Amino acid sequence: MALYSEKVMDHFRNPRNLGVIEDADGVGEVGNAKCGDIMKMYLKIEDDTIQDVKFETFGCASAIASSSMATELIKGQPVSKAMELTNQAVAEALDGLPDYKLHCSVLAEQAIKSALEDYESKKEKKNNA
Amino acid sequence: MKRIYADNAATTRLSSTALEAMLPYFREQFGNPSSFYREGQQAKSAIEQARIEIAGCIGADYKQITFTSGGSEADNQALLTAAALGRSQGKMHIISTAFEHHAILHPLKALEKEGFRVTLLDVHENGIVDVAELEEAIGEDTCLVSVMFANNEIGTIQPIAEIGAVCRKHGVLFHTDAVQAVGHLEIDVERMCIDMLSASAHKFHGPKGTGFLYARKGIRLRPLIAGGAQEKSKRAGTENVAGIVGMAAALTESNARMCEQNKHIAACRDALIAGLEEIEHCALNGDKEHRLPSNVSFCFEGIEGESLLLLLDDKGICASSGSACTSGSLDPSHVLMAIGRVHDVAHGSLRLTLGEDITKEDVTFIIQAVKEVVERLRSFSPVWRDLCTGKAKHIL
Repeated sequence: MALYSEKVMDHFRNPRNLGVIEDADGVGEVGNAKCGDIMKMYLKIEDDTIQDVKFETFGCASAIASSSMATELIKGQPVSKAMELTNQAVAEALDGLPDYKLHCSVLAEQAIKSALEDYESKKEKKNNA
Repeated sequence: MKRIYADNAATTRLSSTALEAMLPYFREQFGNPSSFYREGQQAKSAIEQARIEIAGCIGADYKQITFTSGGSEADNQALLTAAALGRSQGKMHIISTAFEHHAILHPLKALEKEGFRVTLLDVHENGIVDVAELEEAIGEDTCLVSVMFANNEIGTIQPIAEIGAVCRKHGVLFHTDAVQAVGHLEIDVERMCIDMLSASAHKFHGPKGTGFLYARKGIRLRPLIAGGAQEKSKRAGTENVAGIVGMAAALTESNARMCEQNKHIAACRDALIAGLEEIEHCALNGDKEHRLPSNVSFCFEGIEGESLLLLLDDKGICASSGSACTSGSLDPSHVLMAIGRVHDVAHGSLRLTLGEDITKEDVTFIIQAVKEVVERLRSFSPVWRDLCTGKAKHIL
C-alpha cells in the first residue's frame, strides 16, 4: 500500500501549470510556512474565462499535487464555474488523499478562490475608476 | 535502480551473523526456556549465554540485563522504576531534556499528571546538554536524571560520563536512552556511572522487537507486564529466544568492528556534510564534532521535507525528515525546535544516517541528488521566491 495514489505521485513529479504569470489578473496566496504549506495561484482572465493559470507551492507532495490538479480543473473554465471548485473535487480527481492530507485540497480550493476574489476586486476597482 | 539505504537511525539490516545465530531457535531448538526437559533448557541456556555476551559489550554484569521488546519498553520501564522509587522516598522531581525520544517524553507527561515535577533541560543550538545547568537543576527531591546517549535526529552525543559523575555525586539515579549509541559507540556503564540504560537490537543490525534494559545492582525494576516469572519476574511473557540470540550476535559483531567501521562511516559523513554545505542557505543541525559517525542532518530554506524525501526516493535514496508532514502532526520535529530552528526552516529538514556499506561513490551520488532535488523544489516554492526577492529575510 503506497502512501499516495498514482495520480498524486504523477502530479507531484510532473506538476501541471507550474510557474508565475507576471501580468496576472488575479493572484492568491494561502497557507503559511509555520504549518508547512503555502500555495500561490496566478490567473489570466479574459471575457470572464480563465485563459491561463500558474502556481507555486511550498509543501508536501499532496500540497503540490493538489495545487496542480486544481489548476487543471479550472483552466479554460468560466470564472463562475471556477468559483464552485470544491476541495472534494480536487481530492477525487487525484483518486483520493489520505485523511490527514485532506487539508491540502482545502488549501488548493482556497488558493483558487483567493485568486478569483483578487480578480473580482481588481475588476470592481477598474469599473469604479 | 540501485538503492542507497541512508536511514540507519530508523532501522538497520539484520546482519548475516545474527540471522544465522537465530535460525536454529525457530525450528530445531524451539523449546520454551521455562520448560524442564532438555529442549527447554537448551533455549534457556541460549538466552543466558546471550545475556552474558550483551553485558560484556557494555561493561555490565549479566545479572543486570533484562530483556524487553525494544527501546521504548526499556525506556518506559526505567522511568516507571525510578518514579516508583522516588515516590516511596518523597522525591517527586525528574530531570530530562527537551529533545528526548517520545518513549521518554510521553511517559514523563504521564508522570507529571501523577504529580511529578519534570524539568526538561535546554539542549542549546549545538544540541548538547550543559552539565553545569544539569547540576544546577538537581534538587533535594530529584529522583532521576534521564539523558539520551546520542540524539536520534541530529546525532549529537551527550557528555554521558560527566553527567553520570554529577548524578553519582548527588546520589540521583541516572538513566540513559542509548538506543542510537549501543553497538556504535564505546559504552562502559561502570566508568560512565550509568544506573540504567535502554537499548534496541534493530539499531545495531539485530532483529526488530528485541531490546534490553540494563539496571545497576540494587535497582529493583518494576514490571510493566505482569504474569509469569520470566526475567526474574521483571518482565513476564515467554522470552523472544531467537530475537535475544540474534541481538547478542549482532551486538558482539558490531562492537568488534566498531572502531574500524566508525572511521570509514565518519569519513563518508564528513564528505557528505562538506558536499551538502555547498548548497546555499542551508545549515547542519547539531554539533559538528560531538556527533554520531553516521549522522548527517540538515535544514534547507524554502522547501518542505516530505517532498524532498519522495523525490530522493525516486532517485533511489532512503532518507528521513523532521517535517510536520512526516511527523504526522502539524508541528515539525520537537528535536529541531529544541535546538532553536524556527518552523519555516524545520519543515525543510533532511536526515541521512549512514551504514557500513556506504561508499564514496554513494556519497557523491547523494550530494548530487540532494542538490538537484533542493534546486527543483526551490524553483517553484513561493517561500524561496520571497527570500530571493528580498520580501522575506534569510535565516540560514
